[in-house]
Amino acid sequence: MTTRTQAPALGAEGWFTADPEPALLGQQCSTCGTFVFPKANYGCPNPACGGTEFDEVRLSRFGTVWSYTDACYQPPAPYVTPADEHVPFCIAAVELADEGLVIMGQVVAGVTVADLKVGQRMELVIDVLFRDDGTDHLVWKWKPVATEGEVA
Amino acid sequence: MAGQHDVAVLGVGMHPWGKWGRNFVEYGVAAAQDALRDAGIAWSDVDFVSGADTMRNGYPGYVSGATFAQALGWTGARVASSYAACASGVTALEAARTRILAGLADVALVVGADTTPKGFLAPNAGDRPTDPDWLRFRLVGATNPTYFALAARRRMDLYGATSEDFAKVKVKNAKNGLANPNARFQKEVSVDDVLASPMVADPLHLLEICATSDGGAAVILTSMDFARRHAGSAGPPVRVAGVSTVTPTYPNTIIDLPDMATDSTAVVARDERTFKQSIAHAAYEEAGIGPDDLSLAEVYDLSTALELDWYEDIGLCKQGEAERLLNDGDTQLGGRIPVNPSGGLACFGEAVPAQAIAQICEVTWQLRGQATGRQVEGATSGITANQGLFGHGSSVILVK
Repeated sequence: MTTRTQAPALGAEGWFTADPEPALLGQQCSTCGTFVFPKANYGCPNPACGGTEFDEVRLSRFGTVWSYTDACYQPPAPYVTPADEHVPFCIAAVELADEGLVIMGQVVAGVTVADLKVGQRMELVIDVLFRDDGTDHLVWKWKPVATEGEVA
Repeated sequence: MAGQHDVAVLGVGMHPWGKWGRNFVEYGVAAAQDALRDAGIAWSDVDFVSGADTMRNGYPGYVSGATFAQALGWTGARVASSYAACASGVTALEAARTRILAGLADVALVVGADTTPKGFLAPNAGDRPTDPDWLRFRLVGATNPTYFALAARRRMDLYGATSEDFAKVKVKNAKNGLANPNARFQKEVSVDDVLASPMVADPLHLLEICATSDGGAAVILTSMDFARRHAGSAGPPVRVAGVSTVTPTYPNTIIDLPDMATDSTAVVARDERTFKQSIAHAAYEEAGIGPDDLSLAEVYDLSTALELDWYEDIGLCKQGEAERLLNDGDTQLGGRIPVNPSGGLACFGEAVPAQAIAQICEVTWQLRGQATGRQVEGATSGITANQGLFGHGSSVILVK
């Protein structure tokens, strides 16, 4: 049996880490302290700052739902359908309190809009976006935080 | 009384919306000729052509001003071509208005047209992993309706909006569009029809999301002096009293096309207005009027729920009150402030570079009392509002 390679999906290289815990990698401006995700290509986005130096930071692993939807129709390319047939999946935009950012991502399989509410607590995981010959293409996803007595 | 920054809308014209599958230039030329006839001026009188670009029709679409000028016959007129996604039409209008107000042009043709493919609007082909519009499809599967649905779902959880509320927006607009000869969809629908249509991006059904269409729209814009000289006994023309083409301010805190994340509020506090609220605000400031002075509004109902967001964002009611405004009948024809008397995108579908110009055509017809079958009685002022992806505001206030 051949070994499968795991790699960030094209475009998401350097956007997240799984070590030691899953987290998105953002930037914090060394001058004004604001946060940026995805990484700034052209300097600090704060127009009053003008900074060009950033520290790479691990963004909060937990946040709260800003909003959410189910993608019932198959998205067009460059989306890659991970199975032979489209299976509706959930997308959430999650607010990270400390960084003041809202970040969109797919929600892990099996969760639908019926399971979510604005304000609900979510955690970040690294999951497979799609598989092709020998490679699992990885991306960040959101997952509801299991409440007490519930199995995640 | 005319303000010192007013310009005149001397003529408007449209090619009907549909899925005609012909060259976009044909629709633009038809709309331009329609607008010239409406204005009662010759093509050779136009000294500035301002085109709104289409990204889906090759090179001629990227240089739309010149494309339309050549199709109408070269006259040596100055030319510009603008692209601002859904806001392109108003960006093109603003180029014309500022040139007229600077005294560098007297008569401008503003024109946009599109031929659209079937289905979801998708990015251009090829891997472009540094393009946010490519990344959102690849990494998240986020289509345009995904963003519309995030806004809709938030209304449900924050304000108690229901699927029935959203469906009623479509019912209202479908009814308005019945009398509009330029509308693509002229068919009455019920709340049940809407809710029975397939779910595309929960909570939004197929009938709640705007289609993509072919169409063309044009406006003849002139200086107030030219309009007075030209009009004779025709009476005072409709005037453009305010134009907004604002961009967001940092931090932009509402997640919007094509981004996958917002700006951070950690260091700079959010502005008192969201980006969408700032769009109409800038137009009101320029025009010197407010939402209470309006007779009607044409807003960008990319989805049913987004029309409700606009009620609040253009100041027709407070945050969270849009459903009440709709259910009280305030925004239907005959109500306090009719919204989308044209039928809106619900009846047109979107022809991107033509759509913001089409909004101006409708408000002009309304202010002239020419909107047969959908007329807002005694209309004296109207607003258009729209937003283009990548941070383009678009709002125009028209008065008579």
